[in-house]
Amino acid sequence: MSLAGTVIAGGTVVDPVAGRATLGDVVIKDGRLVGVMRSGEWSAEGTTVIDARGLLVLPGLVDMHVHLREPGFEYKETIATGVQAALAGGFTSVACMGNTEPPNDSAAVTQYILDRARVADRTRVYPIGALSLGLRGERLAEIGEMHRAGIVAVSDDGHPVMDAALMRRALEYTCMFGIPVIAHEQDEHLAAGGVMHEGVTALRLGLGGIPVAAEEVMVARDIALVRLTGGRLHVAHVSSARTVALLREAKTAGLPVTAEVTPHHLFLTDEAVADYGTHAKMAPPLRTRADVEALRAALADGTIDAIATDHAPHHHDEKEVEFDQAANGVVGLETALPLVLRLAGEGVADLPTLIARMTCGPARILGLPAGTLAPGAPADLTLVDPERRWQVEARHFRSKGRNTPFEGWEMVGRVQAVLVGGRLLYDERPQAAALRSA
Amino acid sequence: MDSAVTGNGARQVMDARAIERALVRVAHEILERNKDTEQLAFVGIRSRGVHLAERIRRAIQEIEAGTLVPFGVVDITLYRDDLDRGLQNPVVQGTDIPFAVDGRRILLVDDVLFTGRTVRAAMDALVDFGRPQSIQLAVLVDRGHRELPIRADFVGKNLPTSLGEQVQVRLAEVDGQDEVLIETVRER
Amino acid sequence: MAFTQRHLLGLEGVPADEITAILDTAASFKEISERDIKKVPTLRGKTVINLFYEVSTRTRTSFEIAAKRLSADTINISASASSTCKGETLADTARNLEAMRPDAIVVRHPSSGACHLLARHLSCPILNAGDGCHEHPTQALLDLLTIRGHLGRIAGLTVAIVGDILHSRVARSNLHALRTLGATVRLVGPPTLVPPELRALGAELHTRLDEGVRDADVIMMLRIQRERQGANFFPTLDEYAQYFCLTEEAVRLAKPQVIILHPGPLNRGLEIASAVADGPYSVIMDQVTNGVAVRMALLYLLIARSKAEDALEPEALAEPSRRRTGGRG
Repeated sequence: MSLAGTVIAGGTVVDPVAGRATLGDVVIKDGRLVGVMRSGEWSAEGTTVIDARGLLVLPGLVDMHVHLREPGFEYKETIATGVQAALAGGFTSVACMGNTEPPNDSAAVTQYILDRARVADRTRVYPIGALSLGLRGERLAEIGEMHRAGIVAVSDDGHPVMDAALMRRALEYTCMFGIPVIAHEQDEHLAAGGVMHEGVTALRLGLGGIPVAAEEVMVARDIALVRLTGGRLHVAHVSSARTVALLREAKTAGLPVTAEVTPHHLFLTDEAVADYGTHAKMAPPLRTRADVEALRAALADGTIDAIATDHAPHHHDEKEVEFDQAANGVVGLETALPLVLRLAGEGVADLPTLIARMTCGPARILGLPAGTLAPGAPADLTLVDPERRWQVEARHFRSKGRNTPFEGWEMVGRVQAVLVGGRLLYDERPQAAALRSA
Repeated sequence: MDSAVTGNGARQVMDARAIERALVRVAHEILERNKDTEQLAFVGIRSRGVHLAERIRRAIQEIEAGTLVPFGVVDITLYRDDLDRGLQNPVVQGTDIPFAVDGRRILLVDDVLFTGRTVRAAMDALVDFGRPQSIQLAVLVDRGHRELPIRADFVGKNLPTSLGEQVQVRLAEVDGQDEVLIETVRER
Repeated sequence: MAFTQRHLLGLEGVPADEITAILDTAASFKEISERDIKKVPTLRGKTVINLFYEVSTRTRTSFEIAAKRLSADTINISASASSTCKGETLADTARNLEAMRPDAIVVRHPSSGACHLLARHLSCPILNAGDGCHEHPTQALLDLLTIRGHLGRIAGLTVAIVGDILHSRVARSNLHALRTLGATVRLVGPPTLVPPELRALGAELHTRLDEGVRDADVIMMLRIQRERQGANFFPTLDEYAQYFCLTEEAVRLAKPQVIILHPGPLNRGLEIASAVADGPYSVIMDQVTNGVAVRMALLYLLIARSKAEDALEPEALAEPSRRRTGGRG
């Protein structure tokens, strides 16, 4: 049927590249975008029409930082459940971190992940390779081999590269492939014993703190190394105002530095830990209200290029333990978009700008053919009902992970349908059955 | 009997003078029954029993000048048998027995004798301090309805009541005035 | 009097009248420990579990004596926190204990917030006997009882707490309770162990012992953990002692009637000079005695409150023996 063409008709089409949101019809043929037209500009004959009146039509969302846990931690998540969750959240492309078991430090594991993703046949999956063998921070992994197999970046995510010389070599070597080094910026010595943001809440709770400086010193170091090497640095999950200041300076200087922020760092502070709630435990930790404000401002002005969920599913048993022993991380795929819509509602930035941070922003960093409505681009589209109210209930997640800090939140805006390569792979429209063919 | 109905529906059954007369009579009876006051000691049950015990002790001193009977206080909260039924207000004010209990003739004093459970608890508390030669019981009001085989040796006033009634002893030391009230809280 | 706590997880946020209610109850319990028969039947048939994931002879013994003086049956479970790595999680342990129908569980655990986790899983009262670096509320309450016993009040006093504040659950509990009751709290130690954020909790911070104890009514010395030496919080124990050991000379800077407290066990010559520990102003032994009374009071209040909650109101009220004045037999 897609051979004969599909039209998504009557929706508000958000074009993040052009920074516009206008009424229009998105025309698809052979799995690719033909273009955005006004009604009447296309012929209804032999066309499948998807009624998008009242809906937002977005380029399929891109999440450049997820943990799909496979291979090795299938009890937390599998690639199959992860991409289902991604689809439900409106994501048509995700980049998955290599901290699996075995880690994705070889072409074989990269290939395995891609094979599993092909079998799942949902959201597109782009593996991120390990920077160092076994994520041990000692020797470079075979980046070239993995690149040939399909990785889009390298990272030792979760295992900060403490050896500055290794980081230097990684930034240099990746230049050969034009892929970025994604860095989890945390000085492990400064963070030692820390389980949350170092501040008055940690002090009250008697929990070890991770100072802002633990992130700041590493970002400063790596910016210096970018200046030295010309390599591309992408700072994962920025958590602090200090890091934002460093990024702004580096970008002003024209250095090839990009950054992402998670929805939870845009909404929550260290006070979310107040009752030792382990669903507020993550690395980097939730920080202060001032940090949240700085991150929001940086997101609006482009200092931060992307919103990434750092979707980190864990088993219930890994969270229902003493706070200091609980696993780090929260799930995010199924709550990210409504939270971003809320940012628009709160006036943090206009909708096309915010959607750009979930589409063309990350796509550009990783060089993905996604996040755009340009003719000829893959027909990856996300249809959203911006008025639909719902309440977060982790038990209804498609992800295996239930570890959300947003349980019970009232959300406005919900994904209604998702197309990947022109195929309608997710359809939760109330009138799904009424999909009409003219 | 002079019984007046007060504003809140409670009926006064004893006024200050009646209480005074009753306590003096009890003091006389105690002296009569305990010719030798040597080994006698008063123990008031918190909280109103304490004040009544003090008054009886004073009365005895007036009747037989120079007779100063040792005096202690028992808080029965820790000896109650109704913890599992939930204590409304589990205040513990403490027990203070400043004399050796062994061999004493203890005169336990309380305001109202009802089920007998308070007296049971007070006796349990007392024997934790030693082995008294005997324990006698003096109360201002005996309202009946015993749930344990306990009786008072000295009674200020026998007051037949129904279970639906509540007897309230008010004393100047805590309540600002002396009176005994009876109130219907529930038909039975 | 108003005691409304379901558990005692910490003293932060416990209002002044409730702290006072605990102290008043504890004061009335002290007399029981002076009797020949040191036992009252209050908690007869009740079971108190002492669940200790850290070795602590004195706290555990104090809780055990407290429970026994109230006639409760006590069960001591000594678990190693590391054994939980091998198998049972704390949540599983909690569920198992719940099935044994205890009336209260006393918990000591190396992880901050472990008692909160148990309280989420269990319906019976949880009594925090020290969780990680978070709180040790019964220690602070016994300190307050000791201070009140000697100085007659808490409000308006100046209390200097000296030592490793950063890692001290005793310091946290004392800080919260002392502030709630209107005392001025000075925290004294090297900057590595006295982070500036403590000011936000209402404390004055001092890095000099002499300034910290000057004109103080109470000096509370914390035990210095020997393992901090390796973590660069200070160079050596010797150097620490040179700056922060409480000597007679330092005590003379405080008010003449100053009292010295220490949660024990003492590191003589390290944080406290022997002459001070054994001096006339030392009330360390009173702290131990008061510890039993405070723990008796808490076991009593928490269990009585939980039973009051269990008792279904309409039925229970119908019992004559429950009624107020006239109801008392």
